[in-house]
Amino acid sequence: MTDVLMLSRAQFGLNISFHILFPTITIALGWFLFYFKLRSNISKHPVWMRVYRFWVRIFALTFALGIVSGITMSFQFGSNWPGFMETVGNIAGPLLGYEVLTAFFLEATFLGIMLFGIHRVPNWLHTLATLVVAIGTTLSAFWILALNSWMHTPQGFEMIDGVAHATDWSEIIFNPSFPYRLAHVLLASGLTASFLIAGISAYRIKHADHKRAPSVALKTSLYVAAVLIPLQILAGDMHGLNTFEHQPQKIAAMEGLWDTTEGAPFILFSIPNEEQRHNDFELAIPNAASLILTHHWDGEIKGLNEFEGKHPPVAAVFFSFRIMLGVGFLMLASAWLASSYLLRKKHLPPKILTLCTWMTFSGWVATLAGWYVTEVGRQPYLVSGILTTEQAVTQIPAGNVALSLTLYALLYTGLLIAYIKTLFLMARRAVEIEEYQANEHPRYAVNIGFNQNTSGGAA
Amino acid sequence: MITDANLAVIFVGLLGFSVLAYAILDGFDLGVGMLLPMNNAEQRDTMIASIGPFWDANETWLVLAIGILLIAFPKAHSLMLQALYLPSTLMLIGLILRGVAFDFRAKVAQGRKIHWDYAFKTGSYLASFMQGYMLGIYVMGLETHFYAQCFAILSGIGVTCAYTFIGACWLLMKTDETLQQKAKAWAIFYLNAFAIGIIAVSIVNLAIHQRVLSFWTNSPYAAFLGIIPIVVFALFVVCKLVLPRLLQSHVDGIWLPFVIAVALFWLCFAGLAVSYYPFIIPDKLTIWETASAPESLRFILTGALIVIPCIFAYTLFSYRIFWGKASKLEYY
Repeated sequence: MTDVLMLSRAQFGLNISFHILFPTITIALGWFLFYFKLRSNISKHPVWMRVYRFWVRIFALTFALGIVSGITMSFQFGSNWPGFMETVGNIAGPLLGYEVLTAFFLEATFLGIMLFGIHRVPNWLHTLATLVVAIGTTLSAFWILALNSWMHTPQGFEMIDGVAHATDWSEIIFNPSFPYRLAHVLLASGLTASFLIAGISAYRIKHADHKRAPSVALKTSLYVAAVLIPLQILAGDMHGLNTFEHQPQKIAAMEGLWDTTEGAPFILFSIPNEEQRHNDFELAIPNAASLILTHHWDGEIKGLNEFEGKHPPVAAVFFSFRIMLGVGFLMLASAWLASSYLLRKKHLPPKILTLCTWMTFSGWVATLAGWYVTEVGRQPYLVSGILTTEQAVTQIPAGNVALSLTLYALLYTGLLIAYIKTLFLMARRAVEIEEYQANEHPRYAVNIGFNQNTSGGAA
Repeated sequence: MITDANLAVIFVGLLGFSVLAYAILDGFDLGVGMLLPMNNAEQRDTMIASIGPFWDANETWLVLAIGILLIAFPKAHSLMLQALYLPSTLMLIGLILRGVAFDFRAKVAQGRKIHWDYAFKTGSYLASFMQGYMLGIYVMGLETHFYAQCFAILSGIGVTCAYTFIGACWLLMKTDETLQQKAKAWAIFYLNAFAIGIIAVSIVNLAIHQRVLSFWTNSPYAAFLGIIPIVVFALFVVCKLVLPRLLQSHVDGIWLPFVIAVALFWLCFAGLAVSYYPFIIPDKLTIWETASAPESLRFILTGALIVIPCIFAYTLFSYRIFWGKASKLEYY
């Protein structure tokens, strides 16, 4: 039983971790593409179409990986977690159903038009298709996060014979943690896409790509990142306060706080020891946690010992939280540093370009770490207070799950390597392409010489 | 108003429709994938271009089908997927390989492209065969004894042939010149394979299931049901006569085999559906025993009635945009 439980958890964790990498890019990248397309329509300057064309190819690849890795999830609900649908299927089912009906078909169909239809439909319709794809990806985030948030803070239902029945759909969808989680995840997507665009563009510029397209993309994405990161820190803080209200045991694990404390410190680093129920080593800022969470110097924060047997594994939540915070502040520093250079000097020095390249996948790290904080933080429950993960797990032989887990792990490792290699390959190939083809917008032909003479960096 | 008992019927109808839509739409995608000629890169490009704008949306019908099963009949969903754990995992891996190959093949270094084409073809075979295999095990009431396995393998081959046939018919419409001639030859060959598959699966099915046999021969609907095999037979004959005559001097009627293929899919599916209704798992669980709470089904039905017509509308719109011969796919 435990074997199947651990293997199924590992498999679902692996699948969802791999899956989330791609939607977290496409949700915001869809809006970036819409912006590029709009700029192209308004200014008629071909550089925006160049930017669009480069990124739409990456969007297509990312989107395909997101789709195929997402399908596995809808199978695993039944095969590995039958107790989930049997207990809360009346709630989870319709929310998933609305996601498929309102989002998946929309984005998949219009993606075809967006990718391959530009010569077959009028320009306005192509722009519309780009907008619809962006709306579709965002809608799908809306529904899946409504369900996910409900699993954290369930309401609007009654239990009849051990099965949840819906009583109020608007309470179910707009459950207490939903607005915060939605904002936090959408901003995370914005940052992930921004740093990806900035990183790949910086990589192109570093490979002597002196065309305007990568500079324009770099500039747009860095400014967006610089605006979004403080918003994200604010949203994260509000989400934390919401969690403090509804899931205090998760906060206690995030803070590594064992005993209920008034004026709790914020622990910068420590090694939580769950066996002896204390921290082995602690480096902390006095009273800071209380100040952040209660806005009082001496505010009370409940410790893990109040929830013994009903709190998540501490170390995983504790460290994931610090990784997320650390990457978040790195993002803040790099986005603001790079933006300040752009504002003052109009181009970036090589060191900052290298920094941007290093930060290419920072969004992935922060998103995954944050995701682990919230999902591991919900344990031992699958749906808070209603259903534990252990109750929901399947009865199928552990060997079968071990086999499928191995197959997925191998496949996903291969695909992830191929994806990252392909991104950089596409970037290097783009370096060799001419800025404007001869047959394209002749009235800008004059610009060619001028643009190629500008030195690297943002123009 | 709609009664609770009717809700289950409506949802099993929606489920059936989604499965059928998936089988037809992703059927031709997978068929094209299985037909990829590994010795001709240019034809592979054209063939993949002919399904490029559609496959995403086509595959979404599978997500909808599995979603409706999950939403409306959660107990059946978990029983089925636990029983079909390994084949469904292999099918998913096939679909993953095929899906990512679409994009990777166009973007990787030249020498690597052929590897992704192999992944495309292998993925298409794996997904098709496993779908047929799962259908076989499902029809056997999720039994996994030796005869059930044999039947499932037979069914796997049958579905593979069916998909390949509809894929060839699709190519016949969407391509020209030598590739079109090739598609014609494929269609002729796989029509026969498809026919043998249907006959074999039907006979074995009737031989094993006493209840189904008596339903088809002794029930009050027997005379009416007899229309299905007759029409299937007639369509095969028409298709067999028409196919060799196509492309001789003109291109008229080039769409006919595809339409016949779609009709055959409908009829085969109808045959299966009437044999097992109202069971959601053959001979084990009826739809009423597994249906979700009515208030949940009503909530999703309201949305479905509004959204599904929109899905039809924009799906048709998308097919209209990409009407005509497949051209080289250009990302723009």
